[in-house]
Amino acid sequence: MYGGGYIPKEETRKTVVNDDPDMLAAFEARVARGEKVEPRDWMPTEYRRQLIRMIEQHAHSEIIGALPEGTWITRAPGFRRKLALMAKVQDEVGHAQLLYSAAETLGKPREAMINDLINGKSKYSNVFNYPAKTWADVAVIGFLIDAAAIVNQVANSKGSYGPYCRALERICYEESFHLKQGHSVFVYLATGTPLQRSMLQDALNRWWKPIMHFFGPSDEMSEHTLTLMRWKVKMATNDDMRQQFLSLYVPKIQELGLSLPDAELRKDADSGKWLFGDPDWAEFFAVIRGNGPCNAERLAVRKAAEVNGAWVRKALQQADARYVTPLA
Amino acid sequence: MNIPHKSFPIDDAHREPLRHLLTALADDHLILGHRHSEWTGLGPILEEDIAFSSIAQDQMGHALGFYSLLHEHLDAPDPDIHAFTRQETDFSCCQLVEWPIGDYDFSLTRHLFFDLAAGLRMETLSLSNFKPLAQLATKIRGEVKYHMFHAKTMVSQLGKSSDETARARMQTAINRQFGLALGMFEPRVGEQLLDEANIAPIESKWRDRWLEALNAVLDGTGLHIPDPERIEPVYGGRRGYHTEYLQPLLNEMTEVFRLDPQAEW
Ligand SMILES: [Fe+2]
Ligand SMILES: [Fe+2]
Repeated sequence: MYGGGYIPKEETRKTVVNDDPDMLAAFEARVARGEKVEPRDWMPTEYRRQLIRMIEQHAHSEIIGALPEGTWITRAPGFRRKLALMAKVQDEVGHAQLLYSAAETLGKPREAMINDLINGKSKYSNVFNYPAKTWADVAVIGFLIDAAAIVNQVANSKGSYGPYCRALERICYEESFHLKQGHSVFVYLATGTPLQRSMLQDALNRWWKPIMHFFGPSDEMSEHTLTLMRWKVKMATNDDMRQQFLSLYVPKIQELGLSLPDAELRKDADSGKWLFGDPDWAEFFAVIRGNGPCNAERLAVRKAAEVNGAWVRKALQQADARYVTPLA
Repeated sequence: MNIPHKSFPIDDAHREPLRHLLTALADDHLILGHRHSEWTGLGPILEEDIAFSSIAQDQMGHALGFYSLLHEHLDAPDPDIHAFTRQETDFSCCQLVEWPIGDYDFSLTRHLFFDLAAGLRMETLSLSNFKPLAQLATKIRGEVKYHMFHAKTMVSQLGKSSDETARARMQTAINRQFGLALGMFEPRVGEQLLDEANIAPIESKWRDRWLEALNAVLDGTGLHIPDPERIEPVYGGRRGYHTEYLQPLLNEMTEVFRLDPQAEW
């Protein structure tokens, strides 16, 4: 997982910084040629700021995303599933590590980013503000939410900022295994006992709305959005990514004889586009504002982990030797 | 593992003692792997989150290896059924591994104590006359080396830190769980027989080597162990007497599996 395409709008716009027009033109020409921007290169102030926000939120989504699935590691049925889920969630934490370091190249330290996460200043993917209630949720998350994230991450890996692209390439490689393990759990439940099938259908019903929300509402085609697309910060519209996801995965779900809780969901023969009922954007915005079923719990858990571990971080800073990354 | 054909021949007198040895090893690794995995998403730094997850995965893999030996050579049920359907009193893990993760100092110290013992056990067992166990121990030994590297690095950095809280926390963690750690070496049923047959040494031999090795690891870290003569080992686990923490752990571990143990998950 877990980069959702949607980057929430800021409540207060920062003052516009006027960059040197010649530098800006040269920068835009480079990006248009498909060159990658590296940390020491000149970049527009707004480019840097937007990238930090985006990568940071992506990183937060990885560590917060580890929580709902993480609670099922200890309950996974059997060694095979347990080992696969542990490895998967570990990868997600590793993604956070990679992404924080990509964001750090733009000048914001990891500690500052994590502080902004805990104090609510910085967001993470809305989808993790929903609870993982049963083992079947692990199947839906691992299969469909990882799949949605892959659509987004593959698009972003072709963006303009070098360190982010390289992190995403490695992440996408690992995500393909996540998708496989998620799909495997999904298929076993779908083709299993009546109890297993009904667990899965129930999970699918509960998760469908957050999945439809995953890429965010249609983009306003504002000047701002167009600039981000020209700078290759935003690589695809939310609608395009959602359409791509639906085309790839709705048939796979239906093939297994499962249903989706949207009577209006169908592919329009003329336009080739998926049509769907109102995904309830009011709920989406309510969750972003902090009123989802698990917002408070997720942040509380993250905060507790930070507070409990503070003494370790402090002591390591003061250790004689530098911290050596052990196993990863 | 590739075991050609049927079971490795085992002397009748050794079957029960070997069952005790392998079950103790399997259960210790399973339960501690479970505990370590609880750190996922909650570590004090991302790097430690990842390290504990790696170690937990290894422990689970090792547990699976020991349960597989029991299944293949000693008529035990298949590993999933064995691990996920037994009663609490049928578990023979030591009590050290049952305790909740507590704070990082507790978990890190337990990781050091346990993996130091596991490394010594695997070293000896890699020469066992019970060849399937020797093969497995050789493989595990390689992985435990990384665990020990990690444990030593972290313990020594926290022990040598100029931060007084960290040093005090680490020393307290060592003192508090020392009796539990000695409990890892509770004598096993029939251990003498296995010792004589060069299948596995008696526990007290491992304990003596462990104490020696532990002193060496802590040397220069500013941390030290309490006098082992004055600490009562916490025994009972090997005979099915457990802490109040094991049953809730098993309830959680088997929650999904129990919904339908015959189903394919
Ligand atoms: Fe991820
Ligand atoms: Fe993933």
